[in-house]
Amino acid sequence: MSAHPLLAVSEVETFYGRIQALRGVSLDVHQGEIVTLIGANGAGKSTLMMTICGSPQARSGRVLYDGQDITTFPTHQIMHMGIAQSPEGRRIFGRMTVMENLMIGASVADQKFFDEDLERAFALFPRLKDRRDQRGGTLSGGEQQMLAIARALMARPRLLLLDEPSLGLAPLVVKQIFGAIGELNRADGLTVFLVEQNAYHALKLAHRGYVMVNGQITMSGTGTELLARDEIRAAYLEGGAH
Amino acid sequence: MEYFVQQLINGVTLGSIYGLIAIGYTMVYGIVGMINFAHGDIFMVGAFVSLIAITALGLTASTGLGLTIIALILVLIFAMLIASVYGWTVERIAYRPLRGSFRLAPLITAIGMSIVLQNYVQIAQGARVKPLQPIIQDGYTIMRRVDEQGEFVVQISNMQIFIILLTTALMVTFSMIIAKTPLGRAQRACEQDRKMAALSGINVDRTISLTFVMGAALAAVAGLMFLLYYGVIDFFIGFVAGVKAFTAAVLGGIGSLPGAMLGGLVIGLIETFWSAYFSIEYKDVAAFAMLALVLIFLPQGLLGKPEVEKV
Repeated sequence: MSAHPLLAVSEVETFYGRIQALRGVSLDVHQGEIVTLIGANGAGKSTLMMTICGSPQARSGRVLYDGQDITTFPTHQIMHMGIAQSPEGRRIFGRMTVMENLMIGASVADQKFFDEDLERAFALFPRLKDRRDQRGGTLSGGEQQMLAIARALMARPRLLLLDEPSLGLAPLVVKQIFGAIGELNRADGLTVFLVEQNAYHALKLAHRGYVMVNGQITMSGTGTELLARDEIRAAYLEGGAH
Repeated sequence: MEYFVQQLINGVTLGSIYGLIAIGYTMVYGIVGMINFAHGDIFMVGAFVSLIAITALGLTASTGLGLTIIALILVLIFAMLIASVYGWTVERIAYRPLRGSFRLAPLITAIGMSIVLQNYVQIAQGARVKPLQPIIQDGYTIMRRVDEQGEFVVQISNMQIFIILLTTALMVTFSMIIAKTPLGRAQRACEQDRKMAALSGINVDRTISLTFVMGAALAAVAGLMFLLYYGVIDFFIGFVAGVKAFTAAVLGGIGSLPGAMLGGLVIGLIETFWSAYFSIEYKDVAAFAMLALVLIFLPQGLLGKPEVEKV
């Protein structure tokens, strides 16, 4: 682990108009870690993801990436620094082909790695290879999720932000996607910050986790620690989240 | 028959000019969802810049063929550059500050910019019409009929060939840019989801600026063609041509590049044939009646994309 965390969020407050979505959020993600943020719908998880990317920008507090203050950087500039996001709702470019979506993802990366990265993405998600010339809008939900992750990977990020990769997917596909994330982390040392409602899978996969309630971090600890805690089990796991 | 063919050639020529202007409307609408009503006036500025450049170079009909071609290329590049600066500036000062504002706001500033440009050119260049002696002359006779009414000749002039060929070349080039280059992908990405485009590292503001620049450059080409073809311009030509091109863009399906070109051709043909067979005074009525019909029966236009999309 390096001296300073790869991503350090401190005392961040974000507003949508007059509505406050984040109330002084602080968390760290270190190089090589998988860190997850769990919480209920509307807790502010996605807002935090977007605030890290500068859209919207934090009204107060700071976002440090690799020691540099990026709080007020424009979004596209942040994405050029080695952060990539697979956002909430997937946001596939529906009128572009799978290949074009991947090319857009690769636009911040050095083009000489394109073929290599494409190979890796197709190895991870072979379905995308079959569908490469199909329009993004015609893919199934699971395929779109794979495409969203693959598109983010094409940017060759140091830090991968994944917002609810399991949302609305069949358990088998969830397993496949979480397997892929774990593999990227082990094999390539990719740092992952993962937002999830599917707390069980996320906490099993992650090294550390944070819990967010109403725009505030209420708990943190290692994945196994959090899984063992009664209040986590009661709030996020009971009712069979397998 | 001969009369019909002649009108067809004239219509396609006129349609090419409308189509080139319409591309600017349709691209800007596609990417920022607004009608840039100052676009017709950028076309007018392009025509004036062309006239100034032609006069400065001393280009006339007696200039040799080689020199004429070189000079026209220079004029074209110059007009495209200056019009691009205008297009960029209009976006920068009148539209970008209003991005994220309510939908009508940039529409109103667009009308404002249109009035500003018209009046600026009127003051700077005078209100009188500016004539230009024909530079590209002659043509080819493709049909000839002699009967008791006399002789009727179908001609395609070098000017018309120049306009149709240049338009085709530009259409192909721009379609390729949109379909194959990183800039084109960025433009389409911004068109579909601006937030995600930014999250992919695309500079959305710059992409939008470049879209205005591309539209303005094409409008300048149309301006030069208009100047050479009709031989007179004034500060008000942007209004009528702009409204016609806008009609063409809507007719073809606003947001669609091939649609803009097709719409331009259809409007050019309707106008020409209406003038030829019915009444020249009502040619604008025919063009706009077409717009009304399309809006009623085919709101997405001829090649427009359907509104519904799977998410």
